[in-house]
Amino acid sequence: MKDILNKLDKAFENKVRLGIMSALMVNEQMDFISLKDLLGVTDGNLASHLKNLENREYIGYEKEFVDRKPNTTYRATELGKKAFKNHINAIEKLLSNR
Amino acid sequence: MDQEKYLQDIKEIREMMDRSGRFISLSGISGVVAGIIALVSAFIAYHYIYLDSDFYSFKVVYLSPETIQDIFLLALATLVLSIGSVIILTHQTTKKKGQKLLNKHAKLVLVNLAIPLITGGILCVIFIINGYIGVIAPLTLVFYGLALVNASKFTLDDIRSLGIAQIILGLIGLYFIGYGLILWAAGFGILHIIYGIRMRLKYGS
Repeated sequence: MKDILNKLDKAFENKVRLGIMSALMVNEQMDFISLKDLLGVTDGNLASHLKNLENREYIGYEKEFVDRKPNTTYRATELGKKAFKNHINAIEKLLSNR
Repeated sequence: MDQEKYLQDIKEIREMMDRSGRFISLSGISGVVAGIIALVSAFIAYHYIYLDSDFYSFKVVYLSPETIQDIFLLALATLVLSIGSVIILTHQTTKKKGQKLLNKHAKLVLVNLAIPLITGGILCVIFIINGYIGVIAPLTLVFYGLALVNASKFTLDDIRSLGIAQIILGLIGLYFIGYGLILWAAGFGILHIIYGIRMRLKYGS
């Protein structure tokens, strides 16, 4: 039991970060505004969670200009995808163990 | 203990993956409305193109240049009315869910609908020019079905089976040429109504 708990990823203990990763698993890339619409959080909140995932190198971003406005698109890195899959596997094991 | 929380997490993950990957705000009611419009238009068309005088128990299809023009206008009106009602009613559903009508996924649905649909439309025009009137109604069914199957990857799964049903009806219509209009009414009218009600019950939209 303890073994499984250790496999849970602290990065995904937060709902917003969980949501970001879920969305980036099924979408090649998503921009800031789409993520904000999807998760229903504030700019600042989303930005800080994105930063957190960036620091863990679970997601990467690209900045570009659309109509002279900065537009940032995010995508999950290989490391992030692997970590997310491990996290889900751990949850599934935990739930089937009861 | 924490199990409740993790169950909640799994639910959340599933919802996010679904909501972000697909356009799920299609309005079921709009399907019903489009179906009714199609039935009315098929009824009108029926009285236009089939002459009342039975000819060896077959109804005679009569198309003068004028009737073709009328039918064309009727088809155009049907198209505009159905697409309009789908857009308006779907817009209301998206508003209720706090989403935008034209988000990335809605655009994906539209583009993938449009490619087979426009191909089919052009093909139908070519057939009309060459005088193959009988195949038009079933052909529109086949291409509409293909368009639905193509777009279904980006929206509700039910759209896929609706598309397959339309293709089957269309192919039957291509074999039994005389029944084109009846099958067209069944596909665009009755199937839309059935699927609209089903989606309304399933997703409450």
